[in-house]
Amino acid sequence: MTFKIVEQDNIYESILDVKENQGFSLLLDITCVDNLYRKSKAPSRFELIYILRHREFKETLNIKVYVKDEAKGVKSITELFKSASWAEREVYDQYGIHFKGHPLLKRILNHEEFVGHPLRKDYGIRDAHYCTKTQDMMDELKPVLDKKNLDMHEDDLMVVNLGPSHPATHGTIRTLCALDGEKIVGSVSEIGYLHRGFEKSCENHTYNQIIPYTDRLNYCSALMNNIAFSKTIEDMLGITLPDRGIFIRTILAELSRAIDHLVCLAAGLLDMGGQTNYWYFFNPRNDAYDFLSKLTGARLTNSFMRVGGMTHDLYDGWQDDLEDVLKKIDYGITESKKMIEHNRIFNDRLQDISPVSAKDAISYGWTGPNLRASGVAYDLRFAKPYDFYDSFDFDMVVGSIGDTYDRMMVRIEEINQSMRIIRQAVKELPNGDINVDDKSIILPPKECVYGSIEGMMNQFMLTIDGVKVPAGEYYGAYEAANGELGFYVVSDGSGTPYKVKVRPPSFYHMAAYPEIIQDYQVADAILTLGSLNIIAGEMDR
Amino acid sequence: MDLSNTSLLDDAVITTKLDAVVNWGREASLWPFVFGTACCAIEFMATAASRYDISRFGAEVLRFSPRHADLLVVAGTVSHKQAPILKQIYDQMPEPKWVVAMGACASTGGFYDNYTTLQGIDEIVPVDVYIAGCPPRPEALIDAVLDIQRQLKREDNFSVKHTDYKGKLDDV
Repeated sequence: MTFKIVEQDNIYESILDVKENQGFSLLLDITCVDNLYRKSKAPSRFELIYILRHREFKETLNIKVYVKDEAKGVKSITELFKSASWAEREVYDQYGIHFKGHPLLKRILNHEEFVGHPLRKDYGIRDAHYCTKTQDMMDELKPVLDKKNLDMHEDDLMVVNLGPSHPATHGTIRTLCALDGEKIVGSVSEIGYLHRGFEKSCENHTYNQIIPYTDRLNYCSALMNNIAFSKTIEDMLGITLPDRGIFIRTILAELSRAIDHLVCLAAGLLDMGGQTNYWYFFNPRNDAYDFLSKLTGARLTNSFMRVGGMTHDLYDGWQDDLEDVLKKIDYGITESKKMIEHNRIFNDRLQDISPVSAKDAISYGWTGPNLRASGVAYDLRFAKPYDFYDSFDFDMVVGSIGDTYDRMMVRIEEINQSMRIIRQAVKELPNGDINVDDKSIILPPKECVYGSIEGMMNQFMLTIDGVKVPAGEYYGAYEAANGELGFYVVSDGSGTPYKVKVRPPSFYHMAAYPEIIQDYQVADAILTLGSLNIIAGEMDR
Repeated sequence: MDLSNTSLLDDAVITTKLDAVVNWGREASLWPFVFGTACCAIEFMATAASRYDISRFGAEVLRFSPRHADLLVVAGTVSHKQAPILKQIYDQMPEPKWVVAMGACASTGGFYDNYTTLQGIDEIVPVDVYIAGCPPRPEALIDAVLDIQRQLKREDNFSVKHTDYKGKLDDV
């Protein structure tokens, strides 16, 4: 991974230049590395990493800034990218780097009573602080209203909390809305209620121990996170799985995409009052669970992948089980579509609600089905095909105006496309090994462990020390169900990562949410949230 | 009326204890409030869907207002940021009420032993049933509902439980 090194004082101008003149229009992520305990000496304790993608979606640009004075910080780039606002707040919260000119630099994942910056290396992993009260958020809402020349009292506005414990926020998201009648005139969101320290935990576990944590990022498609993480580490190691392993991963990833979209649509339509659709969408998901628990032993959090392969091969008779699941998914979609496609209520409630233009969607840092719904043909499986995606015959699903309707319909069609890929992959599944043949990466077979001293030592060392990943930095991107799921990993050569940063698609979708629901009604905002498919696990990590 | 002479009334009257009648009624009409935060909430959805169908045990009337509910199912990780909200919801529920800690995170913090995660909701609210698993299967959740039903059968109707409980966020 190569970096363009930029001086602390020039970051704004440099990013402006690459955006305007070189076409890097999508800011993927901003993160920081604390070099306090790093073996290789760096010029400063903190370094900021900006990851940008070209508007053709093929090239990635990585910019590194050595921050010599974290209190002085760097100039904020919120004027250039809408996605930068929350990303910078997160870096401030976790590392304590200041961003000059940020409109409201405050904590985002941790609570207001928190002391210190948890991802700094000298911060103890268990140093917790109790939170006794919630913030009132008016410091964020007031500027939103001021911008529109509105006043709480003069304009007789009412403030309503949607969440954090509200059925329509799916658990853990809080949106504070200022209402004029039923119309939302100003709103702000608060996240971090499901912040559970994924990134700090990663720094204390070996690579394979992290895989169960990745399950719980986007728990609606756990296998996909396993695969994305394993693949990133494999890329760092410079290894490729045998063809059969890749095919199995593709099958499981696409099945995960399908069931992820199923739960999004089921919940979204349930919020709308369409309970029958919930049964049609959720029941095939239950059938997919049966297949997955037969294969992996777990319904939801599978932890099936390992760095360099997976735990075991498919079982006898899996084809019939999988085909049965696909048929049921197909049936569920067909039946549900019959109910909604020409349904006046469905169409009227979803069409032209919270449309997001292609330009805005890119500025917000959107990826995945939400971005495609806005008419941007960006899918990593097409833009930068990995595994064998270029050899499958399937279509990219693209919407037109990016309203709630498009976002839901894109997902329905993507399920069909995923099933197409699965059926092709099953047909062409090669024989052979599933794991790489390397004793320093994959655990030896059990008969070796119990039958020979070398095998036993091999198993012991690999379990205790972990897979040794060469020192370096790498950003691995994967087209997950919600969009581009990236892992930025820093290794110092040991079996434990020095740093792992997830680029969570939902985080950036959520950042846009309070803006896109303005001028629509409360009932519309509920459906918009459903259509964005915010998964708190990966958003808050 | 002299109840000792029941033969006059034949089958028209049954004598029993008030506790037994009320608990019999409560048993199959638990109204859960699902405090769903994470992965466990998805398994709760599966439990409510038609395959596992929690309504077979009378607990399908999901209420998202704590004032309508008597069974608090905490499904998922509770972070320190979330803790005061959980406490407030628990306090808003009228007695009698029961709490289920669903899954490893709600019970103990699970494998999130770190700066942000509450190490078990019993630091904040009293818990009646813990469910193991990460996430637990729907059968385990149904078992917890049955366990609550068994517990409530033995309870006095008009007594308040857990009077000696003191949580970390009480009186702050």
